[in-house]
Amino acid sequence: MAASAERQVHDSADTPQVDVKKIRELLDANDGARIRTWLSICARCGLCAESCFFYLAHDKDPKLSPAYKFKNTLGELYKRKGRVDWDFLKRCADIVWGECTTCKRCSLYCPFGIDIATMIAVTRTILYSQGITPEGLARAVVNYRETGNQMGMSSEDFIDTCEWMAEETQDEVKGVTIPIDKKGAKYMYTVNPREPMFYPQDLAQAAQIFTVAGEDWTMPSTGWDCTNLPMFAGDKALAGQVVRNMYEKAVELGVQYILITECGHAFRSALFEGPYLAGYPDGKPPVPIVHSVQLFYEYLRDGRIQIDPAKRLKEPVTYQDPCNVSRNGGLWEEGRKLVQFLAEDFRDMSPNREYNHCCGGGGGFIPMGPEYKPKRMASGRVKAEQIRATGAKVVIAPCHNCFDQLSDLNKEYELGIRVVSLKELICEMMIIPDKFKPDEEEAPEE
Amino acid sequence: MSGLYQFLTGPALWATFVIFLGGLAVRIAFLYGLSKERDRVFYNHMDWNWAIKSIVHWLVPWGSVSMRRQLVFSLVFFLFHVGILAVPLFLAAHNLLWDEAFGVSLWSMPDAWADALTLMVLACALFLLVRRLVRPEVRILTTPWDYTVLVGTALPFLTGFCAYHHWGPYDLMLILHVLTSEILLICIPFTKLGHMVLFFFTRAFIGFEMGARRGARTW
Ligand code: HEM
Ligand code: SF4
Ligand code: SF4
Repeated sequence: MAASAERQVHDSADTPQVDVKKIRELLDANDGARIRTWLSICARCGLCAESCFFYLAHDKDPKLSPAYKFKNTLGELYKRKGRVDWDFLKRCADIVWGECTTCKRCSLYCPFGIDIATMIAVTRTILYSQGITPEGLARAVVNYRETGNQMGMSSEDFIDTCEWMAEETQDEVKGVTIPIDKKGAKYMYTVNPREPMFYPQDLAQAAQIFTVAGEDWTMPSTGWDCTNLPMFAGDKALAGQVVRNMYEKAVELGVQYILITECGHAFRSALFEGPYLAGYPDGKPPVPIVHSVQLFYEYLRDGRIQIDPAKRLKEPVTYQDPCNVSRNGGLWEEGRKLVQFLAEDFRDMSPNREYNHCCGGGGGFIPMGPEYKPKRMASGRVKAEQIRATGAKVVIAPCHNCFDQLSDLNKEYELGIRVVSLKELICEMMIIPDKFKPDEEEAPEE
Repeated sequence: MSGLYQFLTGPALWATFVIFLGGLAVRIAFLYGLSKERDRVFYNHMDWNWAIKSIVHWLVPWGSVSMRRQLVFSLVFFLFHVGILAVPLFLAAHNLLWDEAFGVSLWSMPDAWADALTLMVLACALFLLVRRLVRPEVRILTTPWDYTVLVGTALPFLTGFCAYHHWGPYDLMLILHVLTSEILLICIPFTKLGHMVLFFFTRAFIGFEMGARRGARTW
């Protein structure tokens, strides 16, 4: 049923060999008390089914229930002690990448609190060890290995882009700079490479906000990519290296906090999974992690950024809880309070907050590429219906993956919405204090 | 026949209790050791407050969003467990045996209650069985072993009920009752029924993971 888009390392026409020994090693390494207990006490009660948007979007296909998915992937692998064939692994790949975004919603609905997403992630690492991973992720992995970021951008290009954006922004906010590698700054701002590559205005907007708020911030020349696609591809070692690059740069610069851009999985990686991937035994990152939603909320709450009341959104607005910012990041209230500053007519989705559904673009789905788009559009039906039910004309999405997925859903389901990031809205609406007002004489093109 | 009964209620009963309690203890000890080595994440974010909330919300009927979405099922599941725990512990006839063996016993409930609760357990088990068969998302998960466990859990109640009401040959019923109960108790530590203790650990973990680390409710 799934697009078989997995990369095969073995190019030969015959079926590649399964490295059973390697699988068993990984099974053994993950055979802790948690996974053992989860696999043995699942009551097969089916309560988790209704929590999963894949299940809901496909007319309650029982094969899409979370329990079915882990039982037939990791559960089978343990049961057969890794002695499986290639076809089995391909079926697993269809499930763990094509039918689960590791959004963790189901663990809130299971009587035993079984963490299904964790078991799906373990299955991904096992498949990765056999050379199976979706092509889009495999490409990103190569880029991380070569350049330290998912899009293969060089440090020079990155720094050039920052300088260019700082210059461009002078006619919006005077005196904007994008400091690079400033020692001892309060925040080290890390981004998703698609910002410098394709949406450099995102950097400009962030710089405007920080300038107006009078923030002490910097961008690092390395370790600036806070995303972590190896984490979704199943390359655990590289995933650890990616977060370590960021942590170590922050320690080197002596910053107080690592600030994460409006990206969900980057926050999950930096604050929750990263310390374990990178092998920090206490499970804590060496430098505290702050998400943009939190910081922007504090700016508005404390009046460091002021919103022009006349510019607040009049049309109905809803807020997309990115799984890894809300449920898996704990920032659903901050997000909502922030939206109150920006919108007059806020309408929440149902369900919402930690119970909100995944947009369908998480867990690596967006970068997995066009082969997976039809699936992404089909399973996104739940989110499309949620949005339509609010009647909102604007959807605020503080996550790049949500942003892309919602933009695609907007076309697919003709929702007639505008999808925006917080940065964009804040820049549209904030009051620029006089000292930052560009000089009148300057030509606007400059 | 009475020799068999003597054996089942004598040495076999002792062995059953030893295996039941010992098995659970060993399983917990083993998992504890394993977790110390491989599940740092369990200990790093411990928080009793979240653990207790995560457990209690799933012990009270309809205490979680998930249960509120399936009102009938959660009620049945709750009554089923109340019966399973209350009847064996508080049945007057059982307490009499405790008294003979140790000179102590628990509070005994009136026989009429026990009778009603037993019927309730059986009705609930039947409901759970039917649910397994008719709901596609449950049926697809169910293995023959799940049916076995469910029937196996109901059998001691069925046989006990028959014996009490003298349905069928009394001696045989009584022996079957003791036998099925012992088998059930012996199985608990080694099967998914081990959830009677492991439940508290898995719920605590998800409480730490989602609640203590993120502030998200897991109910
Ligand atoms: C404090 C003790 C216990 C707790 C907290 C507990 C909790 C649970 C939970 C959360 C479930 C899964 C929910 C479900 O199937 O809907 C369950 C199912 C079940 N429990 Fe327990 N349980 C306990 C003791 C027991 C005992 C002592 C037995 C039997 C000897 C038992 C037998 C069962 C059975 C057979 C099921 C599965 C029902 C089915 O097949 O649908 N439980 N229990
Ligand atoms: S983690 Fe999310 S997508 Fe995966 S099975 Fe659970 S609810 Fe479904
Ligand atoms: S809700 Fe939990 S126990 Fe029930 S089938 Fe799903 S994973 Fe298993």
